[in-house]
Amino acid sequence: MNESLGDTGLILNDPLLWEKGKKGRCGFSLPRRDVESAPLREDLIDEGPDFPDLSEVDVVRHYTRLAQWNFGVDTGMYPLGSCTMKYNPKINEKYASLPGLAGAHPLMPADLSQGALKMMFELEEYLTEITGMDATTLQPAAGAHGEFTGMLLIHAFHVRKGASRSKIIVPDTAHGTNPASAALCGYRPVAVSSNEDGILSADAVAEVMDEDTAGIMITNPNTLGLFEENSKEIAEIIHAKGGLVYCDGANMNAVMGVVKMGAIGVDVMQLNLHKTFSTPHGGGGPGSGPVCIKKHLEPFLPVPRVVRDNGTYVLAEDYPESIGKVQAFHGAFGVMIKAYSYIRRMGPKNLNKASQLAVLNANYIKERLKGTLHLPYDRPCMHECVFSDKHQAAQKIATMDMAKRLMDYGFHPPTVYFPLVVHGAIMVEPTETESKEDIDQFIDAFKAIVNEAKEDPDLLRDAPRSCKVRRLDETTAARKPCLAG
Amino acid sequence: MLYLPHTREDIASMLETIGVDDLDGLFSTVPEDCRFTGDLNLPEALTEWELNDHMKALSDSMATFPAYKVFMGAGSYEHFIPASVSYLLSRSEFVTSYTPYQPEMSQGTLQAIYEYQTLAARLMGVDVATASHYDGAAALAEALLMAARITKRRKVVISSLIHPLYRRVVQTYFEPTEYEVVQLPYLKSGTTDFAALDDMDDLAAVGIQSPNFFGCIEDLQAIGEKTHDKEALFIASFTEALAYGLLKNPGSQGADIVAGEGQSLGIPRSFGGPGLGMLGSRKKFMRSLPGRLVGLTKDLDGKRGFVLTLATREQHIRREKATSNICTNNSLCALAAAMYMASVGGTGIRELARLNYDKAEYLKAELKKAGCIISFDSPTFNEFVVEFPSGFEATHRRLLEKKIVAGLCLAPYYSELANHYLLCVTETITKEDMDTLVSCLRSCFQKSKQA
Repeated sequence: MNESLGDTGLILNDPLLWEKGKKGRCGFSLPRRDVESAPLREDLIDEGPDFPDLSEVDVVRHYTRLAQWNFGVDTGMYPLGSCTMKYNPKINEKYASLPGLAGAHPLMPADLSQGALKMMFELEEYLTEITGMDATTLQPAAGAHGEFTGMLLIHAFHVRKGASRSKIIVPDTAHGTNPASAALCGYRPVAVSSNEDGILSADAVAEVMDEDTAGIMITNPNTLGLFEENSKEIAEIIHAKGGLVYCDGANMNAVMGVVKMGAIGVDVMQLNLHKTFSTPHGGGGPGSGPVCIKKHLEPFLPVPRVVRDNGTYVLAEDYPESIGKVQAFHGAFGVMIKAYSYIRRMGPKNLNKASQLAVLNANYIKERLKGTLHLPYDRPCMHECVFSDKHQAAQKIATMDMAKRLMDYGFHPPTVYFPLVVHGAIMVEPTETESKEDIDQFIDAFKAIVNEAKEDPDLLRDAPRSCKVRRLDETTAARKPCLAG
Repeated sequence: MLYLPHTREDIASMLETIGVDDLDGLFSTVPEDCRFTGDLNLPEALTEWELNDHMKALSDSMATFPAYKVFMGAGSYEHFIPASVSYLLSRSEFVTSYTPYQPEMSQGTLQAIYEYQTLAARLMGVDVATASHYDGAAALAEALLMAARITKRRKVVISSLIHPLYRRVVQTYFEPTEYEVVQLPYLKSGTTDFAALDDMDDLAAVGIQSPNFFGCIEDLQAIGEKTHDKEALFIASFTEALAYGLLKNPGSQGADIVAGEGQSLGIPRSFGGPGLGMLGSRKKFMRSLPGRLVGLTKDLDGKRGFVLTLATREQHIRREKATSNICTNNSLCALAAAMYMASVGGTGIRELARLNYDKAEYLKAELKKAGCIISFDSPTFNEFVVEFPSGFEATHRRLLEKKIVAGLCLAPYYSELANHYLLCVTETITKEDMDTLVSCLRSCFQKSKQA
């Protein structure tokens, strides 16, 4: 391969905020005082928070240096499986900061908020269309929050039917958020194993489904990157016993314009705007997790709902069976703007194309690396593929060693040790925005690393050597936690 | 399409490597009867330049500062945000990274969140603060659930002066659980009436907001003592984080858990979200906290570094037994708050908070002079309730036409408070703005008297 991307770079140290600065500095232009000081009861106040005093230059240098210690999609390929680290278009950021949108108060009367409401109404329509469902709420703040909202809807549905059920089926390949979200609603997750092809079999589901089970949470495509081929039949089994099908739509990037979840028996699903719809992850949020539902769950959706009435948009509260609210206001509006902008820029054909290319990239990596790395399920994949470290066992090299060594080559590692059903899993999701050259370079880097594992394994065990820090002591961090300075 | 880099040749050669004929062939594992074969019914793609016009039109239709003078807070506050904060926050190394699962490549996010946790803990007066939550309401709901888990008791009590929308979120979170949510009434002074606590048992937690929804400052210490007499946990909530630049922080008043909204700290209102759920506690409850935590550690060479820690509380390890289902926090919002707190500084935040207080007091005094009634006599920070003459709705409407938003009408939230409005004054409102509001009110009142 050509020269590797990785380099030691220009990394400058910077102390913690409170280790710098001097009393009396300020990095904020204090507004003019145009009123007199008013009396204030002394017993209500004390000396104020112990913050450092910094100049604007202190603050700017500090965060510029911190930024340089970070790796983002804009830095390079970030093939983190199940996270859909696609490129985040810059124009989206500009729209989110338009003064009328960024400065809007959530409780302003609807007639003075038409632009925001129109955008939300249309975004709901688009997401409803893409998923093939009947209606959408934008209120949930993240994927897991969407799952929780979906579980609340299912719970409300069963309560209205006068039957509170106690269990929910969750496959062993599910994200950890699935059982945790179900548990928040008082449901006991019942695990069901995937079959030798890495997907759910209808028989396995039929075996555990009963009339005390509220439904199933199914991730499709699943976390092995495989399409749940039996999903329609599974939905029939669930519905026959009065249950509902929840689809974790975190992996929707594989099937836009290919599969409409509403047409294959899904009753409720969440989307992750910060995955499929290109909004940035921000180092762990803010995200947005809209929930799309079929008609029979509509009465339970969170309020207020955006409704169009004779060409104007209003916020409607009058849904007596609503589960209530999951956010104080309307959800992560600033994130919705970016997803809306993305959908408008892409249009229907490019959204479909994006899914095709995401699947193309993943299958290409799978084909080219499967001789190098162990591929536990050698089947056509969707948007991601899962390898393992089985072939490296002889050299006593584990997934984590290869992941860390990838950093030295200038790549963010894939998701590692997930899903749990694959020992030493390496879950690669390239997304559609990586070009063939970048993917070839990633493949070459991985091949070189596997070679190093044979010839000079210490290179991997000592990796990374080119980051700001070397491997960190996570055990001590957890055993003697220091969470504030 | 500029976000899709593949050329026709790329696609052909990649398909050949895979061994399928066309892009459609990649979906062979999707059964025929699961396939959607039509075109999505969505608007056709726009160019960047076309979309610019469309988005500008949406934005221009909105009533916002500075064209509008918005005397309305109620959980969403207009504060100045330094250009340096917005600029730094747009650094794409922060914006386009994921949750820092690989710490060696994420020291920027990790140190920034550790610093946020520290400043947030100092502001709230707690030992430990989390890396952030979705918003203040969700943080409060999680805090109450946390208290119920710790105490293994079934009843949580919240003040009716907690933001009404926060209370609805709490109700939603608690609906499918075995726990009961009880509300405390309020006194004529505009603060919580906690006398009823005496007769309650099996209490997991008492939750109080201060400054409360009416803007009044609660006697946290007294309620905290009463709560602790009942061996329940005391949870303090807030919607206006800037108040603690001036007021005694909740931790120093006995709060065991503090949960509130940090939007005031450098985050635009953005129609109510994303916000910043701030949550912290005493050290002894650290392992019961929901959400992400960043901790200090060392690397192999002994150099200082940071990692996500105490993951055994979390869903990806504990699954259904986790302290919460949270995967994402609102990291970038926490980063904005840290940048803001660092920019304003200890000296600055006190001055800024005092200015908010003084301006609100000025408007209060002027409104009194104009014949309005300040409904509650408890001290307030930058919000307060005014009782206007009956039929004020029409006046409120007329003022909107003059681009003045004279507060939030309380009647939909508290039916007994007809003609009561919640007004807010921050540093973005000038004396001139306030004088204009008062003179408009005077002339409206004059006219309605004559009529």
